[in-house]
Amino acid sequence: MFEVTNMAFALPEMFMLAMACVILLVVAFLGKTAAGPAYVLSQLTLAITMVLIYQSMGEVGGLTFDGTYIKDIFSDILKMTICALNIVVLTYSTSYLKARGLFQGEYYVLAIFSTLGMMIMVSAYHFLTLYLGLELMSLCLYAMVAMHRDSAVATEAAMKYFILGAIASGMLLYGMSIIYGVTGSLALTTIADTIQAGGIDNTVLSFGLVFLIIGIGFKLGAVPFHMWLPDVYHGAPTAVTLFIATAPKIAAFAMAMRLLVDGLGDAHEYWQGMVIMLSVLSMIIGNVVAIAQTNLKRMLAYSTISHIGFILLGILSGSQEGYAAAMFYALVYSLMSLGGFGMIILMSRNGFEADNINDFKGLSGRNPWYALMMLILMFSMAGIPPLVGFYAKLTVIKSVVDINLMSVAVVAVVMSVIGAYYYLRIIKVMYFDKAIQHEELQAPVDMRVMFSVNALTVFALGIFPGSLLALCTSVFS
Amino acid sequence: MIALSDFLTLGALLFSLSVAGIFINRKNIIILLMCIELMLLAVNLNFIAFAHFAGDIAGQVFVFFILTVAAAEAAIGLAILVVLFRNIHTINVADLDKLKG
Repeated sequence: MFEVTNMAFALPEMFMLAMACVILLVVAFLGKTAAGPAYVLSQLTLAITMVLIYQSMGEVGGLTFDGTYIKDIFSDILKMTICALNIVVLTYSTSYLKARGLFQGEYYVLAIFSTLGMMIMVSAYHFLTLYLGLELMSLCLYAMVAMHRDSAVATEAAMKYFILGAIASGMLLYGMSIIYGVTGSLALTTIADTIQAGGIDNTVLSFGLVFLIIGIGFKLGAVPFHMWLPDVYHGAPTAVTLFIATAPKIAAFAMAMRLLVDGLGDAHEYWQGMVIMLSVLSMIIGNVVAIAQTNLKRMLAYSTISHIGFILLGILSGSQEGYAAAMFYALVYSLMSLGGFGMIILMSRNGFEADNINDFKGLSGRNPWYALMMLILMFSMAGIPPLVGFYAKLTVIKSVVDINLMSVAVVAVVMSVIGAYYYLRIIKVMYFDKAIQHEELQAPVDMRVMFSVNALTVFALGIFPGSLLALCTSVFS
Repeated sequence: MIALSDFLTLGALLFSLSVAGIFINRKNIIILLMCIELMLLAVNLNFIAFAHFAGDIAGQVFVFFILTVAAAEAAIGLAILVVLFRNIHTINVADLDKLKG
């Protein structure tokens, strides 16, 4: 009965929690001048946490805290990615926040607490830890969207995000309560064992699953639960949009994998149909509606929805190759979306948001280098070889072809062709239209360098996708 | 003796009421917040009923956490509502229409 709890498995999270409290105190004591120190401390925290996770990667993992928490190679990789993404996100955001009077310590406190929530979600192996991680992440994100207090659109976006996020949590919890009732346990290991042993009421189980999948769909932003996504991406300050669009997607992916694969893997036949529906609808609606957008943030939001559809393709396949493909896609997507929203921040300046597609007119004449970087990112999102987006799409589509879901694969291919239209439109606008404004870029050097590295990584991964792909495959074998 | 199914029916009814309240209500954001609370309470009822009839304590512990998180959630929701009211001077759901497309 009494097991020794292996605290070391959660060392990175404990360190991050301690540092989050330190940053909170620093912000409370320094008041208005806290932003600078808070920024440096947050970056240090994320970097040291990354090192801690990296050091523990070779060690044997396992369950701890009475089976509520897991350390495995899957969680290590995703947590490292989350920290790395947030380091870049915080670097990108500084100049944007400074220009709008949002460079406050609170932003960093919320960012670190939210990162902690994501890390807990990735490592959760129990409904309770999963829910607490999810709420820690979401509550911080709601507040971050509302940070721009004087902006009517930002507060409206925050309200919509809050209400739909709360509904999502409610649905998820209702599903959890039904599954708890059927299996008699909240721990994913016991749930998996009970389902495997059989003898439970499958009708009730699928009833609970419906709610669980609605909750996951809301959090990921899959159609028909995507309504919040374009509004929030559009209304939130771009720095916050960047934050929401990258690491939380990885966390939501991890949540979907933990619940559907680790916990309810043997109920695959019951959830596959629902996930197919979410996936196909996301790809269709996301790609088709994105064509009509003139606002780049909104367009990228719909493109996110379509990418979520592709990630779900890998999950629904139910095979190890499919899970590896979905993980590869999620990592690649977060990198591309980091670049896409990073570009909007790079282009924006004092009192000006570069979030209209027209703002990119003639960019190649003004800033040929950054136009080239944007070209790489857009080609990659469209899935054009030899960029990494192509391999991501290829592997997920291959995983559904392998289980003979030809019609779904055909939809995916047709939709990626339709999707290419709006990505290519940005490139056309940058390279073939006349410029309507001629201001110089004002972004600081560290951001420019990091953005270039970001885009070039997408390029390099496209030429050498093998190592990342092999890493993802090794997780599930 | 009240059976498990009675509790579950009540939970399902409360849950449906809250969902209906969220989607039918077009007037007042505060009612939306109340519906969200009701939703979480319906879930709590489910958890407690299952925990009681299965003789398992875990579900009841979960309820404590849900209650705590619900309080934090309500605090953030009301804070956002205050900021929103300062900006647009209304809490009518139909007036949240600046973001479209």
